[in-house]
Amino acid sequence: MEIGFGRFAGEPREQAGDDAGVLLAVSGRYFTSDFGSYPPTSNVFPTSSMGSHSTVNTAVTQKKQRRLLLGVGFTMLVLVLSACGTGGAQDGLSPASEKARNIDGLFTLTLIIAAVVFVLVQGAIIYTAIKFRRKKGEAPKPVKQIHGNTKLEIAWTIAPALILAGLAVPTVQTIFENAADPVNAVEITVTGHQWWWEYDYSDLGVITANEMHIPVGQDIALTLTADAGDVIHSFWVPRLSGKRDLVPGHENTLTISADEPGLYLGQCAEFCGLSHANMRLRVYAHEPADFEAWVQSQLAAAVIPADTDESLRAEGWELFISKGCSACHGINGTEAVGGGLNPGPNLTHFAQRDTFAGALYDSTTENLSAWLANPSELKSMRPDLNRGMPNLGLSDDEISALVAFLQGLD
Amino acid sequence: MATIVEAPPIAPSPPAPRGGIWGWLTSVDHKKIGIMYGISAFIFFVLGGIEALVIRWQLAVPDGTLVNEEVYNQLFTMHGTTMVFLFVMPVSAAFGNYFVPIMIGARDVAFPRLNALSFWIFISGGIFISSSFFLGGFPDGAWVGYSPLSTQSEVIRMDFWAIGLLILGVASLLGAVNFITTIFTMRAPGMTLFRMPVFVWMQLVVAFLLAFSLPLVTVGLFQVILDRNFGTLFYDAATGGDPILWQHLFWLFGHPEVYILILPAMGIVSEVLPTFSRKPLFGYQFVVFAGAAIGFLGFGVWAHHMFTSGLGPVAETAFGLMTMTIAVPTGIKIFNWVGTMWGGNISFTTPMLFSIGFVAMFTIGGLSGVTHSIVPADTQQHDSYYVVAHFHYVLFGGAVFGIFAGVYYWFGKVFGRMLDETIGKWHFWLMFVGFNLTFAPMHLLGLNGMPRRIATYGDGLGWNYWNFMATIGSFIIALSILVFLINAVRSYRRGVEAGADPWDGRTLEWTTSSPPADFNFAEVPVVEAIDDFWYKKYGEDEDHLPVRLDSNPLDPSALAPDADHHVHLPSPSYYPIMLALGIVTLAYGFLWIPAGFLVMAIGLGIMLLAIFGWALEDIDHPMGDRDHEGGGNDGGDGDEEPAGVGSEGSE
Repeated sequence: MEIGFGRFAGEPREQAGDDAGVLLAVSGRYFTSDFGSYPPTSNVFPTSSMGSHSTVNTAVTQKKQRRLLLGVGFTMLVLVLSACGTGGAQDGLSPASEKARNIDGLFTLTLIIAAVVFVLVQGAIIYTAIKFRRKKGEAPKPVKQIHGNTKLEIAWTIAPALILAGLAVPTVQTIFENAADPVNAVEITVTGHQWWWEYDYSDLGVITANEMHIPVGQDIALTLTADAGDVIHSFWVPRLSGKRDLVPGHENTLTISADEPGLYLGQCAEFCGLSHANMRLRVYAHEPADFEAWVQSQLAAAVIPADTDESLRAEGWELFISKGCSACHGINGTEAVGGGLNPGPNLTHFAQRDTFAGALYDSTTENLSAWLANPSELKSMRPDLNRGMPNLGLSDDEISALVAFLQGLD
Repeated sequence: MATIVEAPPIAPSPPAPRGGIWGWLTSVDHKKIGIMYGISAFIFFVLGGIEALVIRWQLAVPDGTLVNEEVYNQLFTMHGTTMVFLFVMPVSAAFGNYFVPIMIGARDVAFPRLNALSFWIFISGGIFISSSFFLGGFPDGAWVGYSPLSTQSEVIRMDFWAIGLLILGVASLLGAVNFITTIFTMRAPGMTLFRMPVFVWMQLVVAFLLAFSLPLVTVGLFQVILDRNFGTLFYDAATGGDPILWQHLFWLFGHPEVYILILPAMGIVSEVLPTFSRKPLFGYQFVVFAGAAIGFLGFGVWAHHMFTSGLGPVAETAFGLMTMTIAVPTGIKIFNWVGTMWGGNISFTTPMLFSIGFVAMFTIGGLSGVTHSIVPADTQQHDSYYVVAHFHYVLFGGAVFGIFAGVYYWFGKVFGRMLDETIGKWHFWLMFVGFNLTFAPMHLLGLNGMPRRIATYGDGLGWNYWNFMATIGSFIIALSILVFLINAVRSYRRGVEAGADPWDGRTLEWTTSSPPADFNFAEVPVVEAIDDFWYKKYGEDEDHLPVRLDSNPLDPSALAPDADHHVHLPSPSYYPIMLALGIVTLAYGFLWIPAGFLVMAIGLGIMLLAIFGWALEDIDHPMGDRDHEGGGNDGGDGDEEPAGVGSEGSE
C-alpha cells in the first residue's frame, strides 16, 4: 500500500528558532540544535554560531579548550547526524514543536557527551590492544603483575559521576518543563481502541477518528485513555512530542503542539495485539483560521439522503442501517448511534478524512470497496472477539451503494 | 556430618553409576549437568535465531508479506522469551555449573541432586513453552506479557507463556540456592571470598539477584494465570484492577534480570582478559564491588521501563537519576578491563577477541543506556527500534560475545580438545560485522520514528534502507553461527588436544586434567593468593617480572590420569528427572482443565513418588567408594570438607 502525505506534503520545515535553546551543562551556554534537517545542508549547524550565544564568563583558556572539545564533538555529530534525519513525517530527529525540540536538544547534548566518551573508551581499547600486542611468532613476554591503582580507580569513579550529575540538571529541568500545565489549550480526549484512535474534542463538540486536526502555535492538551475492556496503547507523533501510554482505567495527559502547518504522522507505540502495526495516526496542523473552518465543517449536520431519495447514496444509507453498520459506527444527529460492544469510528464526516482503517489506507473508492468486501483481508482483526470490523457478506451492488453513501458524508 | 541417617529399608537403591544415556539422565555430576545445560541452551539459541531471521526477512522491505501479523507477533514473543530464558540464562547456568565448583576447588556443588533437578525443570519448562507451537501457536503477547493484553486473549498461548516462566523460575531459584550455598560453604582451604575468581563472584551476585527478583515476577505470573483461568480481576480495569501493577511487578524482576543476563558474561571476560594479557585483573576489588553495586542498584531502577506510562514528573526524576548512577559501576568495570590489558602482553586468541569485542560493544550499549535515563529523551526512544538496538548491544554485543569468549576459552577444558583458532577468528569477525550491521542501524530507525513489535511498516517513512541493511547483517550473524557449529563439531572430533593448561591460565580449573576427572581434584587444592595457579607457576625476579618456577602445580589427576585416586562421589539419582517430569505433566494438565484433571493427577502422582523416593533414597550407595579423601593432602586444612557424602547428606 502507499502512504500518501496528503495535502501538506512537501511543506518546508523551519529551522529551530533561537528560543529552542537547551542548557548545555558542560559549558553553561545555550545553543540551539536541529540536527535532523533534511536534506542535509553543510551549514545545518555552523560551528561559528557556537560562540555567538555565549552568556557565561569563563576563563579564556578554559573556554578555548572546551570550545575545541565541543567543536570536535559538534563537527563529528553534525557529520553523523545530518545524515540521520529522514525528513519523514514520522521522524523523531525532525522536531516540529517546542517540546519535541526540548527533547531533541537534550538528546543531542547527551549524544555529544556520549560520543566523546565513546571515542575515548574505544580509542583506549584500540590503542591498548595495538600497543601491548604480542607480535606474530613472538614468545610470551613476562610483564609486571600490576593488581591495580587506587588513585586511578577513584578518578574513574568520580569522573563519570560528575558528568552524569551535569547531565542530570538539564534532564530534571526538561522533565518539569515538559510536564508543565498547558496554557489556553485545545482539549482532546484520545481513546485507544484495538486498533484505531478516537478523538473527542468535547469542548467543541467534535468527534473524529485516526486523523487529528489541531491549530498551530497553541497547546493541545490530550487526555489519553482506553476503554476498560481494551488494552494499553501509546500515542506517539515523534515530531510533536514523546510518547505517552493510554491505559485502561487511567487518564494520562500529554501536551503537544505544532509550530507549522503540516501533516505529522505517528502510530501506536505500545504492543496492543494482533494489528498493532496497523494502528497508525495522523495529525494535521492548520493555521488557526483554517482550524476554525475545520471545526465548523465538523459541526455541520451529516449529509443524509432524504427518505424520498432514490439515488445509490440513499440505498447505501438504508443498507447502513439494515446491515447493522450503525450498531458500531455513529453518525451524529441520526438514528445511527454507534458505540456498542465493538465500537467503530464515528463516521459523521467520514468523507473529510484522507484515510481509514487506523490511517492505514487512503480513502479511495477501490480501497473502500475492498474493505467492505472483506475487512480482515486488508487489516488483521478479530471481529469474533469484538475487535474490528466483521465481514458483512455484502454483494458488489451493496458495496457500491455503501461506498457512495460514505463518500457523500462530507 | 555426623548425623547421616541410615535410609529405611523400603527405599529403592539408587542407580549404579554408569555411562550412556542413562548415565546422563541420572547424573548428579555438576560437569555433566553443565554440559547438558550448555547444549540445550545452544539448541534454543538456534531456534531463537531462526525466529529472528524470519523477523528480519519480514522487515527487509516495507509491507512485508512473508508472515502475517498473527505469526509475526508469535515470532517476536518467542524470540525474546527464548533468548532471555532459554539461552542466555541457561548458558550462564552451564558455565556456572561447570566452573564454579572447579574454580573454588570443590569436588561438586553443595546439593548435587538439587542441581540435577534444576536442570531437568529448566529443560521441561523450555520444552513446555516451545511445544505451544504444536498446540495452538506460540505465545503472542510479547516477552514482557503486558496485561491486560496477556490476560484478555482466550486462547491458551499466554497460559503456556505464564506457566512456562513459572516453571523456569523454579529451575533458576533452585540453581541460585545451590550456587549461593556452594560458594559460601564449599571453597577449598585458603580460597577466601576475595581470592575467588571474578567469574565466581559474578555468579554469586547473579544467584542473589535471582533469589530476590524471581519471587516478584512469580506473584505477577500467578495473578496472570488466575485472571486468565479463574476469573480474578487483578489486572481488569473494568472492576478496579490495574494493568500498571503488572508492569511494576514484571520490571521489579525484569531489570535485575538484565543484570542476571550480563553479569556472568562480565565474569567470563574478567577471566579471559587477564589470561591473554598475562596480567592479573586490574582493580580486582573494584570490579567485584562494581558488580555487586550493579546488582544492588538494579533493584531501584525498574520504573525506567515505564517512563511513558504516566508516572508523573517526580517519580520520573527519581528513577531517571537512579538509572544514571548505574553508569558509574559499569564504567568502573570497563575502565578496569582496559587497565587489565594496559601493560600486558596481549595475544589475540579467539576468546580474547570475543572479550575485547564484548568490552567495545558493551560500552556502546552502556552509553545508549545512559540516554534512556534522560527521561524526556526516553519518551522518544521507548518502545522504538532505538531500544531494540540498545538491548541488543547489551545482550548480544555484551552477553553473547561474553558467552562465546567463554566457549572458546573453556571448550578445551570441557571436551579435552581445543576449538580451532582459525575458524574461530572467522566466526568472530563475521559475527562482529554482522552484529554491527544488524543493530547499529536500529538506533537510527528508532530515532526516525519506527516503533518496535510491528509486523510491517509503511513505505515512504525513510526506514527502508537501514531495515534492508539490518536484514543483511542478521544473515551474516547466522553465517557466523554456522561457522561456529562447524568448528564445534569438527574440533570435538579431531581438535588439538588441550592438555591441562593450554592458555597458561591463572585459576584452579587449569590445574585439573581436560576434561577434569569426575571428582575434579584428586587432591583438594590449598589456595594462597588470587590467581593462585599463576603464582605457583611463576615467581618474581628483581624487576618484579614473573619468572617460570621449576614447579609442577597441577592436580595429581592431571599428572596421572589413570591412577586410582579413591574419591567418593554422590550417587546418581532417578528422582530429579522424575520430579521434573511430574511438574511438567501437571502443567500440561492444567492447560486443559477440566479434561486435564486426569493428567494433573498423574503429574501430581509422579511428583509425590519422586519426592518420597528422593527423601528416602540411600544417599551412600554401596557401589560408591567410601574412601572420602584422595591421596595425601598435606595442606593445613582443618575445615576442609569432603565433597561427597557429607554435603549430600545435608541436602
